[in-house]
Amino acid sequence: MREELLSIVEKNSRIDFSELAVLLGVTEEAVLDEISKLEKEGIICGYHTLINWEKTSIEKVTALIEVKVTPQRGRGFDNMAERIYNYPEVKAVYLISGGYDLLVILEEKTLKEIANFVSDKLSTLDSVLSTATHFILKKYKDHGTILNKSVKDEREVITP
Amino acid sequence: MREMISQKVAAIKPSGIRKFFDIVSEMKDAISLGVGEPDFDTPWHIRDEGIYAFERGKTFYTSNAGLKELRIEISNYLKRHQGLEYCPDNEILVTVGGSEAIDVGLRAVINPGDEVIIPQPSYVSYEPCAILAGAKPVIVNLKAENEFRLTPGELLNAVSDKTKVLILPYPNNPTGAIMEADDLERIARIIIEKDILVMSDEIYAALTYKNKHISIASVDGMQERTILINGFSKAYAMTGWRLGYACAPKEIIKQMTKIHQFAIMCAPTTSQYAAIEALKNGDSDVAAMCQSYNQRRRYLMNAFRQMGLECFEPYGAFYVFPCIKEFGMTSEEFATKFLQEEKVAVVPGTAFGECGEGYLRISYAYSLDNLKLAIERLEKFITRLRNNK
Repeated sequence: MREELLSIVEKNSRIDFSELAVLLGVTEEAVLDEISKLEKEGIICGYHTLINWEKTSIEKVTALIEVKVTPQRGRGFDNMAERIYNYPEVKAVYLISGGYDLLVILEEKTLKEIANFVSDKLSTLDSVLSTATHFILKKYKDHGTILNKSVKDEREVITP
Repeated sequence: MREMISQKVAAIKPSGIRKFFDIVSEMKDAISLGVGEPDFDTPWHIRDEGIYAFERGKTFYTSNAGLKELRIEISNYLKRHQGLEYCPDNEILVTVGGSEAIDVGLRAVINPGDEVIIPQPSYVSYEPCAILAGAKPVIVNLKAENEFRLTPGELLNAVSDKTKVLILPYPNNPTGAIMEADDLERIARIIIEKDILVMSDEIYAALTYKNKHISIASVDGMQERTILINGFSKAYAMTGWRLGYACAPKEIIKQMTKIHQFAIMCAPTTSQYAAIEALKNGDSDVAAMCQSYNQRRRYLMNAFRQMGLECFEPYGAFYVFPCIKEFGMTSEEFATKFLQEEKVAVVPGTAFGECGEGYLRISYAYSLDNLKLAIERLEKFITRLRNNK
């Protein structure tokens, strides 16, 4: 049931326990038990909301920053990743294979703030060799969800 | 002017669904639970393969039986999922949906006066296709107490020395019923003893919620007397692509191919290329859709239990078949009133045979949100009916 449960809450974290129990064909207690285990084990890490900020009047700028760093003896990339992800404006940090090492996703209110972050904070870190900043112009799909999708049932109303 | 219409065709009743469809179509804001096709879009990698086929200029006829590569993949698929061995060269015919396979299959084996046994409630095409093929349909009225499975007793009662074919429509539309291994073996013994053929319509084979579907063709001694029908519509959400197939002994496929060749030429080429991709890389899509259907099925069964609406637990396809006899109305009256008062369309059980009287077909090929809305209205409706009694 674990995998099925995760695939349901991944799409809808607001679903209540009694409904989950019905969909999975188990008791509510079993669902409760499994979810608390998943939380304790750090498998479920949060219940976030996917927001299409473009539709609000709030300005946000998102940038993807490719970072090349020198790995540190004994710590590899972890230490560098930690120094970067501790900034609250950093939304995500991934270790990447290929042309660069860390992918940093940064969210700020203005372009200038992003520029400042890169030049003042990121580039000045000792182990950072180089950065390349890409700005996101439009989000089409995020977290498996197509934004701005209008759903229309194309089927005939009754078919055999 | 003299009578221009074929008497045989004129005598065939139009589909009961059609009549109801006309009423529903006039209601603009009705929500429907009346659809017999998946709500999912065809998985993108399959559609992409169709587009690619166009781009490469694959816009010509294929061989009559269908692309060799597709027949090989169908053969692999049936081996992988049901342990069946069909030779791609002469035991598989690619058709325009499962529907064509039903029609062509019956026409290939029927002689005038042969009887075709049709268990009902079941899909609307069997009886007309049997009649058009020149057969006499013999209807078996399945019972809710048997979970709408075909029992050996019911079959024996229907068999005569003119019986040629038994239609075996499982997993079933409209009831959601399945036949399990021991059910099939008991039926198979009679089939073999009485020396008849089976047309096993397994279009919903990929959508079962108890055990994996078993084909009657896999029962000892049955493959040689089975016309197996399957297709891409339900499993891969590909209804509009119009693609199905039949597997049968080569003597039968040879005759079916002849009819198919003259009537159709070949199944749509683009669809055939897309179907190769579906069979090669679509197992995980089917599993995901199946899981989703199962959640909705559990949701509906639970909702019916809470409403006190009688319904046997169906383990296949994407339909539930609740009983509405307690309200003292015919299925059609119930469905019409429900549509008029609550604006929800369901299909009266009688659209699938007279013995569907007292039942409704409710499809769960809809999003959970949609189902919840409809169930809310159903609850309101039956509460009102119960209070007025």
